[in-house]
Amino acid sequence: MSFINYASREINCKIVYYGPGLCGKTTNLQFVYQKTAPDAKGKMISLATETERTLFFDFLPLALGEIRGFKTRFHLYTVPGQVFYDASRKLILKGVDGVVFVADSQEERMDANVESVENLRINLIEQGYDLDKIPYVVQYNKRDLPNILSVEELRRELNPTNVPEFEACATTGEGVFETLKAVAKLILFDLKKGK
Amino acid sequence: MANPQLIMYDEEFKQINAVIEKLLREANAKVIFLVDKNGQLITGCGETERFDTTSLASLTAGNIAATGGLAKLIGEKEFSILFHEGEKDNLHISIVAGRVILVVLFDTRSSLGLVRLRVKKSSEELSAIFGRLMQKSEEKEKSGDSEFPFAEITDDDIDNLFS
Ligand SMILES: Nc1nc2c(ncn2[C@@H]2O[C@H](COP(=O)(O)OP(=O)(O)OP(=O)(O)O)[C@@H](O)[C@H]2O)c(=O)[nH]1
Ligand SMILES: [Mg+2]
Repeated sequence: MSFINYASREINCKIVYYGPGLCGKTTNLQFVYQKTAPDAKGKMISLATETERTLFFDFLPLALGEIRGFKTRFHLYTVPGQVFYDASRKLILKGVDGVVFVADSQEERMDANVESVENLRINLIEQGYDLDKIPYVVQYNKRDLPNILSVEELRRELNPTNVPEFEACATTGEGVFETLKAVAKLILFDLKKGK
Repeated sequence: MANPQLIMYDEEFKQINAVIEKLLREANAKVIFLVDKNGQLITGCGETERFDTTSLASLTAGNIAATGGLAKLIGEKEFSILFHEGEKDNLHISIVAGRVILVVLFDTRSSLGLVRLRVKKSSEELSAIFGRLMQKSEEKEKSGDSEFPFAEITDDDIDNLFS
C-alpha cells in the first residue's frame, strides 16, 4: 500500500516485477538504474545467488520528482522467478501498489509464463488483492531473440483482459521505461480516485 | 484490502519523532528508524546521515517478512523481536502495533538489556499514536475529507516525472 506522508509531503509506492525465471526482471531494474540520474535513485540492492539468480528480491528506490508539491517515490522490487522460491514471492507482494508481469517471449518459455501468471493471481489473492483490480501491465520481453512467439499469441494466453502491454528488450532497454511509466501512471491515477 | 493505507499527518509525525528521540537518548542508541512493514521508511533520528536509510528500510522489512514466514512455518504468529549482534554495532528490531518496525542501532555504549527495557516503554507510546493515526485516516476517508493532492493530477504531471 502506498504510504502518504503529509508531514514530509511524500508519497511512496511499491511496484513489483513478476514473471518466470530468467525472463528479465532483474535486467529491467538494472537498465532503469543505469539510466536514472544519480540524484533520483538510491542504491540498487540485489539479494542473489552466486549465479546471479534472484534469491529474495532486487530493490531499486526511485525519487523521480514532485507532483503538486509531493515528492513521489517508487520502490521497485523483483521477485525470484524460480518456481521453488514461492514463499519469498508471497512476501514481496505484501503491500504492492502495482505489478509488471515480464513475459519471456521465447516459444519454449510459454508454459513457464502461463504458470507464473497463475501463480501471481493466486499469491495476490492470498494477500487480499485481485489481479483484475490492481494497477497491472504486461511486458513481452526478449523481442530480439529469433525463436519468439508473436504478440498476438502471447496476448491470447497472458493478457486476456487487455491491460497495457509493451514489447521490450531489457538488455538494450527498449520498452523498459515505457513499461515502468505505464504502471506508475496506473498507480497514481488509482490514488487520484482515492482507492 | 489487505492492509489499510498508511497515512501520516503532521501532528502524529511530531509525536512519533518525539518518542523516538527520547528513546535514542534513554537507550544510548546511535540511530533509530521506524519502517513500515512494506519497507518504506517512516522516520528516523540520530546519526541517520551515516546510513543508506532507504536500503536499510527495505532490507529490514524483508528481514521481518522472512522471519515472519519462518514463524508461521513453526506455528508462531510472528517473532516480534529480532536481535543482530555485530562486532561493534548491534541491531534491535521489533514490531510495534502489528504493522510498524522499530529499528534501534546501538554499540557498546549501551546494552541489550537497556535497549530492550526502553524499547518496551516506547513501543507502548508508539502503539497508541499509530492507533490514533489509523482511526484518524479511517474517519477522514469516511467523511470524504481528504486533503489529497492528487485529485487534479494529469497525464502530463506523470510524464514530467520521467522526463
Ligand atoms: N536476448 C535477451 N536477453 C535478455 C533480455 N532480458 C534479459 N536477458 C537475459 O536473460 C538472463 C536472465 O535475466 P534476469 O534479468 O537475471 O532474469 P530474472 O527474471 O531476474 O531471473 P530470476 O532472478 O531467476 O527470476 C540474463 O542473461 C539477461 O541478460 C532480452 O530482452 N533479450
Ligand atoms: Mg532476477
